[in-house]
Amino acid sequence: MTIQVTINGEARTLDASPDMPLLWALRDELKMTGTKFGCGVGLCGACTVHLNGSAVRSCQTYVGDVEGAEITTIEAVDTREAVALRTAWAELDVPQCGYCQSGQIMQAADLLKATPKPTDADIDAAMDGNVCRCATYHRIRAGIHRAAEILEA
Amino acid sequence: MKFLKNMMQTELAPHDPGMSRRSFLKVTGGATAGLVVGFTLPVSGANAAQGDGTFNPFVRIAPDGTVTVLNKHLDMGQGNMTGLLSLVAEELDADWGQMKGEFAPSDPKKYANLSWGVQGTGGSSAIPNSFIQYREAGAAAKAMLIAAAAQSWKVKASEITVENGVIAHPSGKKAGFGDFAALASAETPPEKPQLKSPDQFNFIGKTGYGRVDTTSKSVGGTIYTQDIDRPGMLIAVVARPPKFGATVKSVDDKAAREMKGVKDVVRIPQGVAVLADNTWNAMQARSALEITWDETNAETRSTKDIAAHYRELSEKPGTVAVEGETDKAFEKAKTVVEATYEFPYLAHAPMEPMNAVAELKPGQSLEIWTGSQLQTLDHNIASKIAELPMEKVKIHTLYAGGSFGRRANPTSDFINEAVHIAKAIGGRQPVKLVWSREDDIKGGYYRPLYVHKVRAGLNDAGEIVAWHHRIVGQSIVKGTPFEGGLVKNGIDHTSVEGASHLPYDVGAHQLELHTTDVGVPVLWWRSVGSTHTAYAVETMMDRLAKSSGQDPVEFRLKHMTSSPREMGVLKLAAEKAGWGAKKLPDGVHRGVAVHKSFGTYVAQIADVHVRDDGTVKVERVTCAVDLGVAVNPDQIAAQMEGGIGYGLGAILRNRIDIENGEVQQSQFYDYEPLRMSDMPFVETHIVPSTEAPTGAGEPGTPPIGPAVANAILWGTGKTIDALPFSRHGLT
Repeated sequence: MTIQVTINGEARTLDASPDMPLLWALRDELKMTGTKFGCGVGLCGACTVHLNGSAVRSCQTYVGDVEGAEITTIEAVDTREAVALRTAWAELDVPQCGYCQSGQIMQAADLLKATPKPTDADIDAAMDGNVCRCATYHRIRAGIHRAAEILEA
Repeated sequence: MKFLKNMMQTELAPHDPGMSRRSFLKVTGGATAGLVVGFTLPVSGANAAQGDGTFNPFVRIAPDGTVTVLNKHLDMGQGNMTGLLSLVAEELDADWGQMKGEFAPSDPKKYANLSWGVQGTGGSSAIPNSFIQYREAGAAAKAMLIAAAAQSWKVKASEITVENGVIAHPSGKKAGFGDFAALASAETPPEKPQLKSPDQFNFIGKTGYGRVDTTSKSVGGTIYTQDIDRPGMLIAVVARPPKFGATVKSVDDKAAREMKGVKDVVRIPQGVAVLADNTWNAMQARSALEITWDETNAETRSTKDIAAHYRELSEKPGTVAVEGETDKAFEKAKTVVEATYEFPYLAHAPMEPMNAVAELKPGQSLEIWTGSQLQTLDHNIASKIAELPMEKVKIHTLYAGGSFGRRANPTSDFINEAVHIAKAIGGRQPVKLVWSREDDIKGGYYRPLYVHKVRAGLNDAGEIVAWHHRIVGQSIVKGTPFEGGLVKNGIDHTSVEGASHLPYDVGAHQLELHTTDVGVPVLWWRSVGSTHTAYAVETMMDRLAKSSGQDPVEFRLKHMTSSPREMGVLKLAAEKAGWGAKKLPDGVHRGVAVHKSFGTYVAQIADVHVRDDGTVKVERVTCAVDLGVAVNPDQIAAQMEGGIGYGLGAILRNRIDIENGEVQQSQFYDYEPLRMSDMPFVETHIVPSTEAPTGAGEPGTPPIGPAVANAILWGTGKTIDALPFSRHGLT
């Protein structure tokens, strides 16, 4: 079946089974590989994208459910929050292997939009679903605080 | 780390008999594995004198001034791409902005790990073995640039300076590297490139220049194996046996073949592969396969039975690894403390599950794209399966989304599967093999299950007089090409490392090993033997200290008279943490541990909050590290932070259980990784040193477990002998 969606500001047609997770439509059909496969069951957050402005796990979002939606991926996200996060990420050299970082930034951008000055507890609550096996958590936390500062300035 | 040398004679010899490492390497091993001094560049003239901007196997300069460094290692997150670039940039006096990294092709003649003799990454050796080599590569290129500029400008080479990527002469002449790249790369490389003295360093030991891959990893731009797309490529997933060692008896693939997007179903030695037009379709079709397994040779035991058997063995004498007159010494002991520890199987669970792309043209060529951690071995195995000479096989190494040892597999398992699948379809289309998370958690190659029994005795003065340690578990290297180099007199070095050379004066010391035979595939896991030996040794130290009313830091220092570097990190960590001086909040307790692995010394002090409900949260870790010259201090700190997090997650709640041969865990819900809310604040302090550099990737991991356990011991009196902590209701 074909589905009309807007991806990163462009109208796109997805020709895929309605039960195919958006993750695989993005990666395998549209060849947009910034969104990562980590677990496939919504437990690691590596596949996080923005659906109509909110962070969702693309492995748990199905092609059949996104007709008419606006989807933003790591390749194009350019909200104030995402820009500040990238600046902070570069200042602190947050990534190690980097495989989870697309999801971390998409999730953190969502957090900062709702909570511009998050506490450590806010960060724990919002980011606990995003696994980093390199355990860069220490710098992700610092990076989110730094991005909040940048946004405030 | 000379273990791979054996591999050269066994695995590699038939395929590449002409290879001679000795001819170009002058490596001295010494007591510190990976210490490399005084070798010369392997190239002089071989690649140079082409005038195409190739200065040597490690450095290429483009007309626009871009300096490309060829990284012979795999960067799986530990940051060696940045590290190796900084070594070249240092001696080249380049500007950081002009530096670019690329993974080197598989070629042990040029790109051997100098600690091993073949190409590969592990044992925290990337920086130590490359430290002189990559600096010499940069220094040689700089000398060639200066020589070319001198000729072109008709001035004396000695009058030319190079700074931040600019070649200059007092007359006012200036040029970039690109201006002379072609000319300079045709120069004869210097016999012995002049290296800088430490006071001239701009990169080594400095911060302020970022990781070379941060930007691309922050925009989803880094290409991992999972992201490779080749024209006409099919996605393959494999149904593997539910019990290790089982094989396919019969398969009914009718339903699977009829499913959407399915292109083929093939049998390979490892199981049954489904090939489809996309990953989702391949995974869906795999669940429609009906396979009957032949379990004749399968491992069918349960981990609880294996552990019980190991406990029995731990009461019986084993093969002696370190001999000491402990029987007599125990007679003098006033207090004897003993403990039997149990460590579970552990999966590596890197974020990027295993994968590999294989493009085979039968009888002609094979190209592989993957995060290859043991290129020489992977190359050799792929060549054999494809029935092609090694020169017809090309490996494209890519950034890996973690590994922690998983991608350094003596059977090259995931590459092996990919090539078998490509071969089974006659190479008609490129194949990307994809493992799911379930495949990863259930797929074996675990850190082995071990049981340790430790007995130690103190005299009247509270000094250790006897230490008897017995370890029971599988050998990681038995039956692999690494066996000859790493098993000596029946002792697998990786089973006992961290327990065979204690930093403490313990009087009589005996260490014994029982190597068991179990059909569960095992593998090195970040810091290898030290993942369990450090826990046993360091928690026993605190039990001894506590039983005799001694402060654990003082107790260690008093037994460290011949271990100055362990003493150095311990003192630094204690000082920075305010050990004994700082008032801790209610419910927060402190524990310490010290451990040397891969030549790097690390001490950690953990501040652990034991909550009212008995669960624990590690609030803060003060870490001190001595790894000789600190090449990239911020990346060293990052590796300490990550190493601590990796170790902590496992210690808290990771275990692989097997029941009647079947792995019980399968996903992040039952193999729960460390998460944001579990992560302590980490503060890293580096001991200033002029010693040769050692590595940072693994040594941060071993001390965290015992440091946390020791905090719990002092805070609550509770001893934790069987891991993970979740067995005891602590998480």
